[in-house]
Amino acid sequence: MKTALALGGVLVVAAVAAASWVLTAPRPLDAATIRAVSEPGDPASGRVVYFLAGCDSCHMSPGQSDPLRLGGGQELKTPFGSFFPPNISSDRADGIGAWSAADFANALMAGVGPREQHLYPAFPYPSYARMSEKDVRDLFAFLKTAPPVAGRAPPDKLGFPFSIRRAVGFWKLLYFSADRRPRPTDTVDIEARGRYLVEGPGHCGECHTPRTVLGGPIAARALTGAPLPEGKGKTPNITAAGLSDWSEDDIAYALSTGLTPSGDSLGGPMAAVVRNLAQVPQADLAAIARYLKTFTPGGGA
Amino acid sequence: MKTTGRFSIAFAALALGVGVALAASGADAIKERRALMKENGEATKPVVAMLKGAPFELGAVQKALKTYESAAEKMPGLFPADSQTGDTHALPAVWTDTADFDARFKKLGADSSAALKSITDVASFKANMPAVFKNCGGCHEKFRTKDN
Repeated sequence: MKTALALGGVLVVAAVAAASWVLTAPRPLDAATIRAVSEPGDPASGRVVYFLAGCDSCHMSPGQSDPLRLGGGQELKTPFGSFFPPNISSDRADGIGAWSAADFANALMAGVGPREQHLYPAFPYPSYARMSEKDVRDLFAFLKTAPPVAGRAPPDKLGFPFSIRRAVGFWKLLYFSADRRPRPTDTVDIEARGRYLVEGPGHCGECHTPRTVLGGPIAARALTGAPLPEGKGKTPNITAAGLSDWSEDDIAYALSTGLTPSGDSLGGPMAAVVRNLAQVPQADLAAIARYLKTFTPGGGA
Repeated sequence: MKTTGRFSIAFAALALGVGVALAASGADAIKERRALMKENGEATKPVVAMLKGAPFELGAVQKALKTYESAAEKMPGLFPADSQTGDTHALPAVWTDTADFDARFKKLGADSSAALKSITDVASFKANMPAVFKNCGGCHEKFRTKDN
């Protein structure tokens, strides 16, 4: 009897462990998406995607100002520990020069690394997952044109239990699975284009949407402003309510110059975003402005 | 003994006085530098509007540039060690990278003076003003945070 109970207990524990293991497995993209992103990309269009997505803000080598020197290693402090974004230069040994389009798209859109491991969502793939397949392959084509940079970033310094990489699988179950499909980008509808840019490559919500203690976005308060991960300060509310004193022109102008209608100049991490958005067509900034001016949490994002 | 006692009291009083003076100077410095930045913002407002297409007005541009010149001169002296906390948006980098912080104000002052000479009409305004404004964002990126 006792033996049977003990055996039953062991079986239950084993079943839960096995189920957890299965549930938390990294899930790469489906074959159709892989095929679509593997077609040849256009590096010129990819350059715009690059600056919209702001890859350099986290991946550029520290202590220098070339946005295309992507050696990684810049410390990103968060409540969970310090991340050191990797080298994404075209270096074959230390960067992503040897990656296939499938490797790249899996990282960007599924948060799965080339060894089929989970990537931490400090890398904003929950947003990038919404990028169109065309933008992803164009971006990949552009990244290949950036110079190789040797050297690897130091390993992340994360506190327990965040240091358990497999646990990112649970995070994905909670926050990632629902809304991860690519959205169309070629649209004449300026508001739809704006939504795509804000929720996809622009990943505005990664800093402007408050998070739960587990680091998941709180959809009901999307884009209403959040504490900066490094500690001091907050990002502003960029919903229609938060921007009620701003015109669409004001927003588009501030995004590319940093200058606000009140005579201030945007600072903190937004200054790097502004440098990037200065490289982006005005029409895209106008689309972002249009969408933000209509956005109220609960209606999406 | 008596002398030592009196000396101690005098010393304590002096120390207390210095402490009070320092406390006052920290809070005052914060108030003063925030007022200067507020003036900068107010002076900038019409200039930003002009860059976006409002009618050009040389007087307002010159007023803004003179405001920056004077602020650039005063600001580096308004960040004493005891003004790191309180009602301030200044980041610790102000005190850990003071040389860069001071150099940036020096550059803002010099760029403003140069622009005062070079800006005479709309064309020279549109050509030269954005470079002056680059100073604002560069400094706010590294040395300021906001809690809006």
